[in-house]
Amino acid sequence: MSTAVDKLDKTPLDVATLREDFPILHQDVNGKPLCYLDNAATSQKPRQVIEAVDRYYRQDNANIHRGVHTLAERATAAYESARERMAAFVNATASEEIVFLRGTTEAINLVAQSWARPRLEPGDEILITELEHHSNIVPWQLVCEQTGATLRAVEVTESGELDLDSFEAAIARRPRLFAVGHVSNALGTINPVKHLIERAHIHGVPVLVDGAQAAPHMAIDVQALGCDFYAFSGHKMFAPTGIGALWARRELLEEMPPWQGGGEMIKMVRIDRSLWNDIPHKFEAGTPNIAGAIGLAAAADYIESVGIGAIAEREEHLLNYATRVLNDLPGITIVGTAEKKAAVISFVVDNVHPHDLGTILDDEGVAIRAGHHCAMPLMEKLGLVATARASLAFYNTTAEIDTLAVALRKAQDILG
Amino acid sequence: MDLKDLYHEIIVDHNRRPRNFRRIENATSVSEGYNPLCGDKLKLYVVVENDIITDVAFEGSGCAISMASASLLTERLKGKPASEAEHLFGQMHDLLTGQGNEVDTEKLGKLAALEGVKAYPSRVKCATLCWHTLHAAMKGEEVVSTE
Repeated sequence: MSTAVDKLDKTPLDVATLREDFPILHQDVNGKPLCYLDNAATSQKPRQVIEAVDRYYRQDNANIHRGVHTLAERATAAYESARERMAAFVNATASEEIVFLRGTTEAINLVAQSWARPRLEPGDEILITELEHHSNIVPWQLVCEQTGATLRAVEVTESGELDLDSFEAAIARRPRLFAVGHVSNALGTINPVKHLIERAHIHGVPVLVDGAQAAPHMAIDVQALGCDFYAFSGHKMFAPTGIGALWARRELLEEMPPWQGGGEMIKMVRIDRSLWNDIPHKFEAGTPNIAGAIGLAAAADYIESVGIGAIAEREEHLLNYATRVLNDLPGITIVGTAEKKAAVISFVVDNVHPHDLGTILDDEGVAIRAGHHCAMPLMEKLGLVATARASLAFYNTTAEIDTLAVALRKAQDILG
Repeated sequence: MDLKDLYHEIIVDHNRRPRNFRRIENATSVSEGYNPLCGDKLKLYVVVENDIITDVAFEGSGCAISMASASLLTERLKGKPASEAEHLFGQMHDLLTGQGNEVDTEKLGKLAALEGVKAYPSRVKCATLCWHTLHAAMKGEEVVSTE
């Protein structure tokens, strides 16, 4: 155990100072210091993000892309510069390739309805995997129902990794699209997306990557990945809820029809017909979440200031430490033992149901997630109804993992 | 709020050793309860003969609260008039949600051990699932979902 701590102390992040950026972390819950280990559900927000949103509402708030007054110009500039910021964040070649949406879920629904639906015919297939979050399953079920296409899933192994033989067999059937999570929210598995994309492209299959769990933990480079669509959410990466983005290659966005109609997405409207706006605006009907986009850009700045490499390194140390601590406790089994994992640990405790665990840990100030993690097909495959899940961010500490371990022992004492 | 009020020793005991945890082949009513939020699932078997609940048992999986609640239910209802099921359903609903009429906990006996649940809103459905399932079984409904 001491090796992990020693190594941790050498990581370049000054965690004590960084924790000061997160006001919410400094509170007691049920009389105990909050120990927030539910970052895969949503991350906490640094004051830099909170202040950017606050400043926008205090100084610049106006509707965008129409007013000629000063505030409207400021708000428009801030919103469009947020788009440029996010284009740089995922290493897109142009900011027009970033569509601001409510989050990953809306981004995937947009691709399903605007890109896939007009193309799909009975007999066509959409390929996903058994690891997916419901948000990368249900939109495809809907579009399959609408078009008569079939939804298939790459199998997952016992360790929680994608079965590459199953993938090869499925991709050779040339589905119309392969949609895959970059990082599993339920088990933490980091999928070999670059390899999967290369293989898919050999078969002429475009690929959508659900990056919701990847964005806060690793550098995203859509050009290096070579994917066709990349979806992510702000709230998982220290930004506000209700904002996220879809990155897609320009030519794909250009050939996609609008999904929702309204203001902003048009150039000209007559009663009998309208002329759509250019990308990305034709997908942003109505007044968008301007403050959210500004907060998202502030979060990208924040991540960059901390350093994504340092964040990833820190989280790997925390993951190793937590894995060892949980493995050392009797009666606890970690679910998901992929070779490459993000700092997400799903586990089950003998004789203690995850929901009881959630309640007992909360009494100790420890916030974890208990349940199916919006991945019911995966749970069924693994023969589980639910797991407990601790998901770590760079601002977590080894001391908090020790607190988790003590709370787990208490739960075992009460119910085990 | 104190965890001891939620995980009362009666509840811990019934979770560890659920009573009447079995299938009944010739049940007069069978109903399945499901809580999609947490995945708790249970199947309740009831045998009613001449308006008397002569046997009641359950199978399923869930948290300590849902298992103990179902176990206590079966223990309490065995040998009771069928009308008692509906009466207890109402009583337990009022007790667990803290809404409706004041409940005389002394008359509830061991079932009153579940009262601590009402301080934990996210756990109330764990305790009520088996009672809704019972309610459905007595009405001849096969599937009930609490969401």
